[in-house]
Amino acid sequence: MNDVAETTEVVQSGLGQRILRSLQTNWKRLIILVPFLWLLIFFLAPFFIVTKISVSEAVIQSPPFTPMIAWAEDGAMQIRLVFDNFAYLWDDPLYAKTYLNSVMIAGFSTILCLLLGYPMAYAIVRSSHTAKHILLMLVILPFWTSFLLRVYAWMGLLADQGTINNLLIALGIIDQPIQMLYTTFAVYVGIVYTYVPFMILPLYANMEKLDWTLLEAAADLGARPMTTFLTITLPMTLPGIIAGSLLVFIPATGEYVIPDLLGGGNVLMIGRILYNEFNANVDWPVASAVAIALLVVLVVPMMLYQHFQSKADGAT
Amino acid sequence: MSNGKRSYFLITTTCFGIAFLYIPMLMLIIYSFNESRIVPVWGGFSTKWYGVLFESEEIWEALTLSFKIATVNACFATVLGTLAGLALVRFGRFKGRTLFNGMISAPLVMPEVITGLSLLLLFITLKEFIGWPDQRGFTTITIAHITFSMAYVAVIIQSRLSGMAQDLEEAAQDLGAKPLRVLIDITLPLLAPGMVAGWLLAFTLSLDDLVIASFVTGPGAVTLPILIYSRVRLGLRPDINALATIIILVVAIGVLIAAWIMFRQQRQRELELKMTSEEV
Amino acid sequence: MSEAINYQDRPWMDPDAEPFIKVQSVSKFFGDFTAVDSVDLEIYKGELFSLLGGSGCGKTTLLRMLAGFENPSTGNIFIDGVNMNGVPPYERPVNMMFQSYALFPHMTVESNVAYGLKRDNLGASDIAQKVEEVLEMVELTRFRKRKPHQLSGGQKQRVALARALVKQPKVLLLDEPLGALDKRLREQAQFELMNLQDQLGVTFVVVTHDQEEAMTLSTRIAIMDNGRFMQIGTPTEIYEFPESRLVANFIGNANMFEGRIIENGPDHVIVQSKQPECLFYIDHGLSIQEGSKVWVALRPEKITVTKESTASGSNNTLKGMVHGIGYLGGHSTYRVKAGDTLIEITSPNQSRPKDGNPPIDWDEEVHLSWEASSSVVLTR
Repeated sequence: MNDVAETTEVVQSGLGQRILRSLQTNWKRLIILVPFLWLLIFFLAPFFIVTKISVSEAVIQSPPFTPMIAWAEDGAMQIRLVFDNFAYLWDDPLYAKTYLNSVMIAGFSTILCLLLGYPMAYAIVRSSHTAKHILLMLVILPFWTSFLLRVYAWMGLLADQGTINNLLIALGIIDQPIQMLYTTFAVYVGIVYTYVPFMILPLYANMEKLDWTLLEAAADLGARPMTTFLTITLPMTLPGIIAGSLLVFIPATGEYVIPDLLGGGNVLMIGRILYNEFNANVDWPVASAVAIALLVVLVVPMMLYQHFQSKADGAT
Repeated sequence: MSNGKRSYFLITTTCFGIAFLYIPMLMLIIYSFNESRIVPVWGGFSTKWYGVLFESEEIWEALTLSFKIATVNACFATVLGTLAGLALVRFGRFKGRTLFNGMISAPLVMPEVITGLSLLLLFITLKEFIGWPDQRGFTTITIAHITFSMAYVAVIIQSRLSGMAQDLEEAAQDLGAKPLRVLIDITLPLLAPGMVAGWLLAFTLSLDDLVIASFVTGPGAVTLPILIYSRVRLGLRPDINALATIIILVVAIGVLIAAWIMFRQQRQRELELKMTSEEV
Repeated sequence: MSEAINYQDRPWMDPDAEPFIKVQSVSKFFGDFTAVDSVDLEIYKGELFSLLGGSGCGKTTLLRMLAGFENPSTGNIFIDGVNMNGVPPYERPVNMMFQSYALFPHMTVESNVAYGLKRDNLGASDIAQKVEEVLEMVELTRFRKRKPHQLSGGQKQRVALARALVKQPKVLLLDEPLGALDKRLREQAQFELMNLQDQLGVTFVVVTHDQEEAMTLSTRIAIMDNGRFMQIGTPTEIYEFPESRLVANFIGNANMFEGRIIENGPDHVIVQSKQPECLFYIDHGLSIQEGSKVWVALRPEKITVTKESTASGSNNTLKGMVHGIGYLGGHSTYRVKAGDTLIEITSPNQSRPKDGNPPIDWDEEVHLSWEASSSVVLTR
């Protein structure tokens, strides 16, 4: 009796120890595996599904697309690839125009963000310790408040009966309200307004690491302020400029809320088309094709971003 | 003095920029106290829209759902993001590291419409094959939010880890601590401020998200942004101004407190680290 | 100085002594870069051994391989007879004191010191007692509850030392142990370190770039450059008998003269140099052919400067012009031009200059002379 009890105890402790030991030797793998699997399932796999659906036909059923792999009657596997959806995008000038428009609006907004954000980041970096923290806080704070409500705020400002028009009429500058809401202008304002912190923060991070005595050295060697800026400051802050620009450009291209709320039906942007194609028209294959095409447009800037990011990581 | 001129330009731009960032929010707050139903027309001071807001059951439900999602999301995202950050900074090379690195940083720049659409199609496909998730709503939104918030947490953790002197971890090993011990005794405590920052960021990101949530939500699951959006699409509404005011104030106070705490902690830590590891 | 071990006790002179640490043709590559290039090294029990070299010479990499943070790319390291290949740092009988001290910022002094003991699964009372003892030894008992950021540089250094020593390692590795201290504190800490080592008898391996520190502390020094040892020896050996021009220039200063052996006797050699024209009579023999090209190294402080010629013969003297004087209080340095060569001399200022006039002035003709035992012949 005693013997039996002892052996089971030994076996049990052996098992417990074995589990403990395997945890102790494999914990590193576990740490990698958990987030890795999560991303594989919830980030990578969905892209394959989108790709798959983008090459299938729309049918009225649930889900509203044909399966890519079907079993033919003789039992042979058939793979059906339908590139009609892409052909449709290609043929309809509306889509091409929309893509182009999105890229142009995002690109121009990026430049505006840079023009506003660069001097601001510069000013923040060069200000005194306390002022630096307060200004940085002021730049970050809107980022923590609701994006949607910040866009909404501009609806009130830009509307025909909105604050700006009311003010201008009251001052006697205009007597008829100017249409600002539901124009491309409103979209620019919205994008610059919501995305400028994304420009300022990488620029700030980059500028803060700079050796500012280099500027003094350049001045000491006879460079005028403009020359110093062009030959020293600008090249040194280029990594920040690139990071900030990509951080604005990429999401702005696919922006949905801003063109929808501030641009109305008048401004064509791809994010809005995709959303409508999906929700209103319930044409999933076309929506997927639109998404894939958008990804193709953005894949170069996204790779650039990754490249510069890993380079920056390697440098530190 | 050209130097003076330049700083004059800098000050002007900065003031303009800050005004540009804050005036719209200020207007939002001012008009929340407008008596008139038509938002931009001032009809006298009133707090009646706050009353309207608090009586709306829809708002409370949406708020509760959003908070639930944000909390669960923040916890999961912090754990997953911290693990990912650790794996990428401290474990050297491993199989699939490039892919891992790509997947963890891509959500940061991925347009929301694409993330939303692809996740929805995944959920539909999963349901078809394994019968889960049988209903879209809380779970699907939370999963979607974790997927992109963990990327933000990972970035924070990565930058903290690479800024952290590795000799502390080596010293622990040298004193006989096995790697897992080192992680628990040294690395994680030093990462704690980063994890708190990551949690807060993940929480806010989730609370703020409209696009992805509207893709992956199902019938009955209306988050706060979805509700706000459905209302403001039809035009300006004073009760939304009231809601915006509350949100802005809560966030402002919260951020200020968090910033103050973090600032103090960071200064403390930096001071400690500087004095122990950088005094040459 | 180096008298911590008696002359008779020099284990490296004893052919039967078993080395405590044995580094066998160890190399370390980082990609294309060779940090440590196939080195051999034997360190004996109770030594205070210094690895001395400039930054990037491989000394820190070698130390990290001893600690186990890096694995040798090739070769083996034995500590107390056990091959350390593949043994992780937490299982090695060595402890390290980090250059940054690497004190855990979120733990008190006490917990920092106790950390290593807890990892050995010692009982609480045992730990408390050992911590108490070691804190007393480094005179930090009063600061036990403080966090590292509340300590001065010298106190932190002592906590780091205590934390490493409390585990009673077989070998204590010290990475620039005094590098973070200011000069005054450093001298004091140097002697404290030596006393401690003497008391405990633990083998110390010190990495340093500070030659003065290495000279003061060490029983032996290994001079490293480009991942290789240039010379291993006692401080005296290295200073008085450098094996190469590099070592002669690395440790202290040396005037270097190129010449040929014109006479090679059993107890002396004579070297003739052309630039400046001079005959060096050196009182040590050399197994080298007459006529071979050699260098003569002559330390600045071993040359006597006088206004009048005092030398008896023509060997070991030079005539030159004072080209520069640096007055440093305790001693002065002179630059004397002989032919086209500038020779550096340091000479103690034993009496105050009369009437404010220095004994030797600029552009004066002076005579230089030195002993037969002052210079060394180098072949590389």
